[in-house]
Amino acid sequence: MSMLSEALREAFPEELQFDHRQHPSRVICCLLPRERFAEAAKVLKKKYALLAAEWASDETLLGKGFSVYACYRWGKEYLIVRSELPAEDPSFPSLTKKYLPAYRFERQMQSLMGVIPAGHPDLRPWIKFEDWPQDCYPLRKSFDSTEPLPRVDGEYQWAKAEGEGVYEIPVGPVHAGIIEPGHFRFQAVGEMVVNLEERLGYVHKGIEKKFEALSWHDAARLAGRVSGDSTVAHSIAYSLAVESISGLTGCNIPERAHWLRALFLERERIANHLGDIGAVCNDAAFAFMLYQLSRLRELLLRTNLRLFGHRFIMDRVFPGGVSVDITAQGRDEILAEMEIVAKDFERLVEVYEESSSLEDRVRDTGVLKPEKARELCVVGIVARASGMNLDCRIFNPFPPYDQYDRLELDVPVKVTGDVHARVWVRVEETRESIRIIRYILENMPAGPISVAVGDPLPETAGFAAVEGWRGEIIYWLQAGRAGEINRCMVRDPSSVNWLGLEQAIPGNIVPDFPLCNKSFNQSYSGHDL
Amino acid sequence: MIRILRQIFRTGIVTEPLPPEIEAGILQVGERLEETIRKRFRRSLTIRQVDAGSCNGCELEIHAINNSFYNCERFGVHFTASPRFADMLLVTGPVSRNMEVALKRTYDATPFPKLVVAVGDCGCNGGIFGESYATLGGVDSVIPVDVLVPGCPPPPLALLSGILTAVDGYPGKK
Ligand code: SF4
Repeated sequence: MSMLSEALREAFPEELQFDHRQHPSRVICCLLPRERFAEAAKVLKKKYALLAAEWASDETLLGKGFSVYACYRWGKEYLIVRSELPAEDPSFPSLTKKYLPAYRFERQMQSLMGVIPAGHPDLRPWIKFEDWPQDCYPLRKSFDSTEPLPRVDGEYQWAKAEGEGVYEIPVGPVHAGIIEPGHFRFQAVGEMVVNLEERLGYVHKGIEKKFEALSWHDAARLAGRVSGDSTVAHSIAYSLAVESISGLTGCNIPERAHWLRALFLERERIANHLGDIGAVCNDAAFAFMLYQLSRLRELLLRTNLRLFGHRFIMDRVFPGGVSVDITAQGRDEILAEMEIVAKDFERLVEVYEESSSLEDRVRDTGVLKPEKARELCVVGIVARASGMNLDCRIFNPFPPYDQYDRLELDVPVKVTGDVHARVWVRVEETRESIRIIRYILENMPAGPISVAVGDPLPETAGFAAVEGWRGEIIYWLQAGRAGEINRCMVRDPSSVNWLGLEQAIPGNIVPDFPLCNKSFNQSYSGHDL
Repeated sequence: MIRILRQIFRTGIVTEPLPPEIEAGILQVGERLEETIRKRFRRSLTIRQVDAGSCNGCELEIHAINNSFYNCERFGVHFTASPRFADMLLVTGPVSRNMEVALKRTYDATPFPKLVVAVGDCGCNGGIFGESYATLGGVDSVIPVDVLVPGCPPPPLALLSGILTAVDGYPGKK
């Protein structure tokens, strides 16, 4: 019995029910009346649980109204609290006062699904721009997603800072560099930022809605395009979630497939970390590191293309396994490549460490304090740079990560929460990933690399969490009456970590923003969906 | 400092020693590109990149043409922060409804010749996202496009040759 569900049972002995259609079995789903939705949050918060995700599902095709879901994490446990809402009155008590990340989750739920978080302090639409008809709710079943939306007049209400000498700097959505679009509004006094407000949603592509129109198999390609830099991690998370409800148990997926997935995942992690460390240094006017590290990154991408047929290993992971194997020669090639990368990487890390001008820019800049990080329930690199020891590879592992005693995965945790800490977590993770890749190549079991998986059983729900290079990616899938996709909830790490950036900026000078932003490097596409 | 110099020295110029077939490709594309740019754009082609809804995969490959293997700057290709200085827009993504206005504005702010290269399967025809309440499909559903570079994402070499094709066709553009 899990600690979290035990706490709920104590608090609501009469009302608590378990929803046995949630899989895999270690993810417990509790059903509570909606009046208890926020009270449950209070109980779980006392137990130090973190809020991992919150979402709604339109269950009219399942003969119900709507349901709201909140997923909590504590150590190795994931617990989902579900409350049903009648279709005529889809309101529920807001969690925002207990859990800060609910602030954006709930704005999004209201904007796209039309469920109403009662007591939420700020119900400005999110992702749904002011020029959308305000009564359209794309995630509802009654919404026809193939029709273009008309544009209406409207204006976004920005938060306002007042006082002598406060001025505003709006930036974006089209930025100076080659990066994704988003809007940032700074309020500054002199050079000092007093407030930053983000506005995201520019690259909203209706991904969650699109999932519902695809077959389980085809949807793997879509999952691989939620955030192109994390294509491997997203396809693994999607596939694991499907596999949890496809009538098979996880262990029927061939071992070798799991190991190959891990190999791809670690390669993706290294490639992105190399790019990010370089980009952060470049924003601190140290272009040398960018050029050197992008060279190493390019080597990895080329090997990927040669061995796996795609530079980012896109579309190679799907429910049932993977579509490309590695030969003995390929293995040697990667081992040799790792040798070169590891050696050059260490030299570059020394340069980073010894450069005092760089140090001056990255230390104590863009600090996200550990208390703040916890309050915001951030994940991944951002969390580990601010004192939180979280990593799905350890706390929610799939093979081969479940063999800790052999793998001895070491996750770096820093407490300073500044740009340097986020860079340093990446440095240590890169080293760790190189080590894991060697381990995988030397210990990978032989055998088939995929099996056929059937469609999921009707009216079941699947779940998976995977540690991508940014952090924990969550997929929650619900099969409809005919076994089709009724809902696919995607929670990219960016959905929570963007809040972290907003909190880390005040107190910094305006020119340091690009540097801080790079050190977070969150996904716009993964957030906007 | 010594370490930096040593590493630079040790690395050498990676732009040169590539597998011959790829290097030949880059050089061939690059030389023609350089010549055309010299003739028609006074030695420098300035590009503004616009992400109009991409998944960021295409952006990663556009970054890659700046790395020392492809080193697009040696052919006179630069990226700029402002559309006002741009000769060309490199646009990715199925155009999202929420980016449509910003894309049009960027196009309007770009001076003649306003070359437009649509990048990736999404930029060409909306790709996997297609047309929906949230996406309008390919870039040409919003602004005129000169060249399409398909691929998901297109590799760096395909991007370089797409840029070349657009530059090549330039005199014909009104
Ligand atoms: S073409 Fe592919 S890589 Fe490019 S934006 Fe579309 S899905 Fe992403």
